[in-house]
Amino acid sequence: MKDNYAIEVNKMSKLYRLGEVGTGTLSHDLNRWWHKVRGKEDPYAKVGQVNDRSVVSNSDYAWALKDINFKVEKGEILGIIGKNGAGKSTLLKILSRITAPTKGEVIMRGRVASLLEIGTGMHPELTGRENVMLNGAILGMTKSEVKASFDEIIDFSGCAKYVDTPIKRYSSGMKVRLGFAVAAFLEPEILIVDEVLAVGDAEFQKRAIGKMQDISKGGKRTVLFVSHNMTSIMQLCPKSILLDAGQIVFQGESQKVIQKYLYDTHKNISQVPFWNKKEDDVKFQNECFELESMYISLSKDSEPIGIANIFAEQETTFLHLIGTLNNKDKRLNIGFELYNDADQLIYFGCNTDSNEPSFTELSLGKVHFIIELPTNILNEGDYKIYSFIGLLDDRMIYNRTTAPNIGISFSLVGLRGYSGLHSHKRKMQINPNIKWYKK
Amino acid sequence: MSDSTFNNVKEKTHVFSKDRSAFSLNLNEVWAYRDLLYLLVRRDFVAVYKQTVLGPLWFFIQPIFTSLIFTVIFGRLAQISTDGVPPMLFYLAGTTLWNYFKDSILKTSTTFRDNQHIFGKVYFPRLVSPISVVISNLLKFTIQFLLFLMFYFYFISIGTNIQPQWQIFLVPLLVIMISGLGLGLGIIVTSLTTKYRDLSFLLEFGIQLFMYATPVIYPLSTIPEKYRTFAVLNPMTSIIETFKVGFLGAGTFNWWHLGYSFVFMTIILFLGIIVFNKTEKNFMDTV
Repeated sequence: MKDNYAIEVNKMSKLYRLGEVGTGTLSHDLNRWWHKVRGKEDPYAKVGQVNDRSVVSNSDYAWALKDINFKVEKGEILGIIGKNGAGKSTLLKILSRITAPTKGEVIMRGRVASLLEIGTGMHPELTGRENVMLNGAILGMTKSEVKASFDEIIDFSGCAKYVDTPIKRYSSGMKVRLGFAVAAFLEPEILIVDEVLAVGDAEFQKRAIGKMQDISKGGKRTVLFVSHNMTSIMQLCPKSILLDAGQIVFQGESQKVIQKYLYDTHKNISQVPFWNKKEDDVKFQNECFELESMYISLSKDSEPIGIANIFAEQETTFLHLIGTLNNKDKRLNIGFELYNDADQLIYFGCNTDSNEPSFTELSLGKVHFIIELPTNILNEGDYKIYSFIGLLDDRMIYNRTTAPNIGISFSLVGLRGYSGLHSHKRKMQINPNIKWYKK
Repeated sequence: MSDSTFNNVKEKTHVFSKDRSAFSLNLNEVWAYRDLLYLLVRRDFVAVYKQTVLGPLWFFIQPIFTSLIFTVIFGRLAQISTDGVPPMLFYLAGTTLWNYFKDSILKTSTTFRDNQHIFGKVYFPRLVSPISVVISNLLKFTIQFLLFLMFYFYFISIGTNIQPQWQIFLVPLLVIMISGLGLGLGIIVTSLTTKYRDLSFLLEFGIQLFMYATPVIYPLSTIPEKYRTFAVLNPMTSIIETFKVGFLGAGTFNWWHLGYSFVFMTIILFLGIIVFNKTEKNFMDTV
């Protein structure tokens, strides 16, 4: 029953050359050829590194994808998610035959159509009618197929009035509609869709999602769908793949994959338990309070901890928020939020929680808050603390959503009960020290 | 499978890996996309002359002026022989053929660069693109050939002594040979220029120089006997000479020379398609 898979990807890898292609290309090519003649492995494929944008690599080559294995059953709708640069587009390009894999193989069973862009190959001088024919042919339809659904396409696009006008006179929205309309009437066995739904107005997006759902409901077509929009992934794809640095890090039910993805993206805020303002952190600038650093210490006056592990036996931990106050607005609300590794908010607090006037009536200039965090009620695991600033009437200046990089993370280890008889992390939200008594 | 659409997909299975189809020409796939081929040719034709006043008349203007200038410079001033044929007709014959060859090679030699936007977004057999370019140029050639025929019959009607030969029946073959040569050389150049851009500069003035190495503005008979072998090594030489023999009755015809050009064209075309198909797999990474 091997043929039940519409797509099979076996140990597929893709190597890219970094930097300027040109200098040294000829010598590399000759060297490669010389290795090939002697039956040896490509000398540059070995040095390629796992693709991590943020790390400067000392190799000229990088694996955009490495050892990708997955299978897609016929009629399945699979979502592909991942950060920018995780390899999603490269994967789609290989599956669409735009570029070939460096190693491994891909088997596609059925007619493939890929929608990496809307309206590919449309010519501004040609009329809407001519462009529908041309775009359809580029996407792999025959002339008779396009002709058969021509009226429906025009109807769906809502451009009936302008069919015989050159599309250079169209608004950009109309061009997108026309392009999507052609794509919507494609009838391939395998459809590959990149974030094309991210264009157009809200009404059009709704229609596009609806059309995608219709396509997927039939169960006839295998669809691969890449998006940064988790809502549309949830709506359309029962299963998903999570890519990171060119590798599949997780696959399964979309809900779980999305959870993992969201957690991972927030995890990377800082691998150390302190945060200092950088020049480029312009996103959260405001005229009220400028946060300069954020760290954790084990006692009120001690140094910041350097490693991200806190032992759970520690009863309390201290969070420091240091910054400059520029505005004596009484409504100013400075605080923090503590999230666990399932991305759940455990608790938060702010300066206006205190009834001491010194916290609500702050004086201008340098402010150093020390916040005592109850950490002994936390369960073992990874935690993240984000800062937020708002005004009391609920207006947020910034918070985790708008400034996810202002945060620190730490892990809590130990404490599986005080007896030492337990060796597994307990499956619960919090782990307070529950006292037992006997009568 | 319950669904009937899945039963016939086996034949459409694509396997692609690094080594896919190393020596296959992929021509059946090109055939499957013949509708696209037609639409691309149509696009080229329609789009180019939209919003021009003279439209396709431009096809006539260019060869007429080129031939006139050649007549003045090479015929009158330099007094190069035209084998007794009216200079205008002689140059028109040469430039019509040469322009078809030149346009085919130059326009296909930028296939990957010109289409990188489309090629980067959707797959279709890339060969469709250069073939559509050659067909567009063939249409343009046909129009310019009609112009040549108009002049041809005009000169006959005013009583100029022109004797067509039986080689006139070889003209369709000659056109096929020019198409093959232009396409083959063009796609070799475009394949190589995805990595090494230098070649496209070389081609642009190289093709200009190459015209002077081809009997376009002079007959082969003016070349001294001992150098003629070198002139014949140029595959365009015998094509243009045969054309002139057929229509104008003036020139050199030799089955061996023509046969050589044909073999040359076949090899170049075959090689070109292989190199092109190999390049299309990865060119997006280097272009």
